[in-house]
Amino acid sequence: MYSYWKNNQLKIAPWIFLAPGILMFSLYVVFPIFQSINLSFYQWDGLGTKTYIGVENYIELLDDEYFLVSLKNNIIWLVLYLLAVPAGLFAALFLNQTVRGIRIYKSMFFFPFVISQVVVGLVFSWFYAPSNGLLNVILEAFGFNSIAILAEEDYVTYGIIAAGLWPQTAYCMILYLTGLNSVDQEQIEAGRIDNARGWRMLWYVILPQLKPATFIAVVVTIIGALRSFDLIDIMTGGGPWGSSRVLAYYMYEKAFSEYGFRMGYGAAIAVVLLMIMMIYIATILYRLYRDERGD
Amino acid sequence: MKKIFKNQIALALAGILAGTSAVAGTLVINGDTSDPAPKAAFQAVIDGFEAENPDVDVVYNLFDHEGYKAAIRNFLSADAPDIAFWYAGNRMAPFVEAGLFAPIDDVWADQGLYSLMASSAPGMTMDGKKWGIPFTYYNWGVYYRQDIFENLGITVPTNWDEFIAAGETLKANGVTPITIGTKWLWTAGGVFDYLNLRTNGYDFHMALTSGEIPWTDDRVRATMANYQQLIDGDFFLENHAALSWQEALAPMANGEAAMYIMGNFAVAPLKELGLDDNSLGLFQFPEITPGIPMAEEAPTDTIHLTAGAKNVVDAKRFLAYTARPDVQTAWNKALGQLPTNAGAGVADDKFLNQAFKMLNDNAPGGVAQFYDRDTKAEMASIGMESFQEFMVKPERLEKILERLEKARQKLY
Repeated sequence: MYSYWKNNQLKIAPWIFLAPGILMFSLYVVFPIFQSINLSFYQWDGLGTKTYIGVENYIELLDDEYFLVSLKNNIIWLVLYLLAVPAGLFAALFLNQTVRGIRIYKSMFFFPFVISQVVVGLVFSWFYAPSNGLLNVILEAFGFNSIAILAEEDYVTYGIIAAGLWPQTAYCMILYLTGLNSVDQEQIEAGRIDNARGWRMLWYVILPQLKPATFIAVVVTIIGALRSFDLIDIMTGGGPWGSSRVLAYYMYEKAFSEYGFRMGYGAAIAVVLLMIMMIYIATILYRLYRDERGD
Repeated sequence: MKKIFKNQIALALAGILAGTSAVAGTLVINGDTSDPAPKAAFQAVIDGFEAENPDVDVVYNLFDHEGYKAAIRNFLSADAPDIAFWYAGNRMAPFVEAGLFAPIDDVWADQGLYSLMASSAPGMTMDGKKWGIPFTYYNWGVYYRQDIFENLGITVPTNWDEFIAAGETLKANGVTPITIGTKWLWTAGGVFDYLNLRTNGYDFHMALTSGEIPWTDDRVRATMANYQQLIDGDFFLENHAALSWQEALAPMANGEAAMYIMGNFAVAPLKELGLDDNSLGLFQFPEITPGIPMAEEAPTDTIHLTAGAKNVVDAKRFLAYTARPDVQTAWNKALGQLPTNAGAGVADDKFLNQAFKMLNDNAPGGVAQFYDRDTKAEMASIGMESFQEFMVKPERLEKILERLEKARQKLY
């Protein structure tokens, strides 16, 4: 026994250290995933008995216009939310200088990420308010008609994404600021000697060195886009007439809200959301794997 | 060894039994009276009950009003209190069907509630049994700026033509006829309810909300045509989809709008915004189809005996206590609402007195609970969302009715 431990210590020890994490992860993450997938084949109101109905929940999803709107909005979120990455980069480049009081400016730029999403949502709701919101005051000052962004089905999602971009840009900016600290000065000087300036310097010298920061910023932003919930709940409650819902919000409404309690249907929406996330998670895992092998 | 162990179990069991008989005087109530006024009002009810029944110790678990709606599903099946707060109508159906509420016909019989609470009885009845005690309700109606109406020489409209004419006069004087905020949807449900109750009557409305009538029916179209007349005539506040019901109070308070189809709970905030009994008035939603008996909206709050109650005897004593006229009088005075017991008195308040009279004397058609309480939950959410959409995009009527009909066929 003792010699077995001695011979295999290096192999076993990591697993012992990993065990608590693996246990928790399987119990609270992996197991519920399979539980949800299972639940999506049932009809259940959360109180009575569960009835097995096969793939009927999924068939219903295909014919559910609210689901399709939510899916479309999720895709808009995914694409537009990524604007936070370049925006964060430029904010970081702008702030990456040594001026008196720069720390105060950095803190102020980072501020939206520190405050709660609820506050962000409220601030933007007031900003968009149709009668006395700042946006409409400005629009009217320039002679445009006022517009109730949060009550227009065509604009509402973009309005909420703009609110979401504010804190997300701050987050990406911090990631880039830390990245910029570790940019190799010698390479920049070498670039200077080779007459690289401005955009070319950024593109060919700085950005490649920021690759790890970019990778994390993109991953965090995509996950943030798929998880978007708080802002929608605070700013519109999914409205007007359901046109600003995303899958996570629709799932919550169908499963847990006052008018929901269709657990099976909610689970089916969650499974679709999981599938979308899997595309990204798989890509990320593959890239991590490839990078670690050093290809 | 084995025998000793058995004895120990017996002893322990005896202890548990003794324990339960010792706590037989404890009555556990779960409720959602989280706002200051309802909280104080219910505490007074508990205190009064304990004073009359010194042997009973009431334990009240207070939940946040919104959180309660989710919590009740858990605690009813996991760890049931003796008594739980809830709502009348279709809202209590899931709990009755799942066997989580217990019938209390004996309390109704002992207290003579079949006659005293006749108007709220239908909302408490399922499978021919009574499933709780309604302790309060509040009226809906058209709250209006009495002073603006008087200044412009508008008389209170009693039928549809007068209502439209009043709106036209208001518009001609730069006042929006009806303020409304549909951001949280249910306000639109109230407008639809009244239009349908007046166009087609109570029985049709209840049949529609219980899913017995297709949404593409011509009678529904008639209701929607009246709705559209108001929308096309710019009767409603602009940008209402961006406003909550509270935000829509402001235009009424500052005179930009003159009417609000609302529940009694809007009176207090309107008075806080500066209106008083002279500038604020209430009238019954006017007749649309002549000859149809007037029906009203009056959502009812209720308390129920749970199926898992441990102290049924005291729970029934408490329920009987809350049904008593004197208790309901005091309770509803504190709530600023109406008692369900016809023998109870109403607080000395212009709006409550008027509403009490309206509900008891001029609502022969019946009393509806409200769109989202009369309709199945999921249907209600699709329905109210559709009304909001219709109010902004009336040209989509056909698509909306088809969607509602599809939902009805699936859900009922």
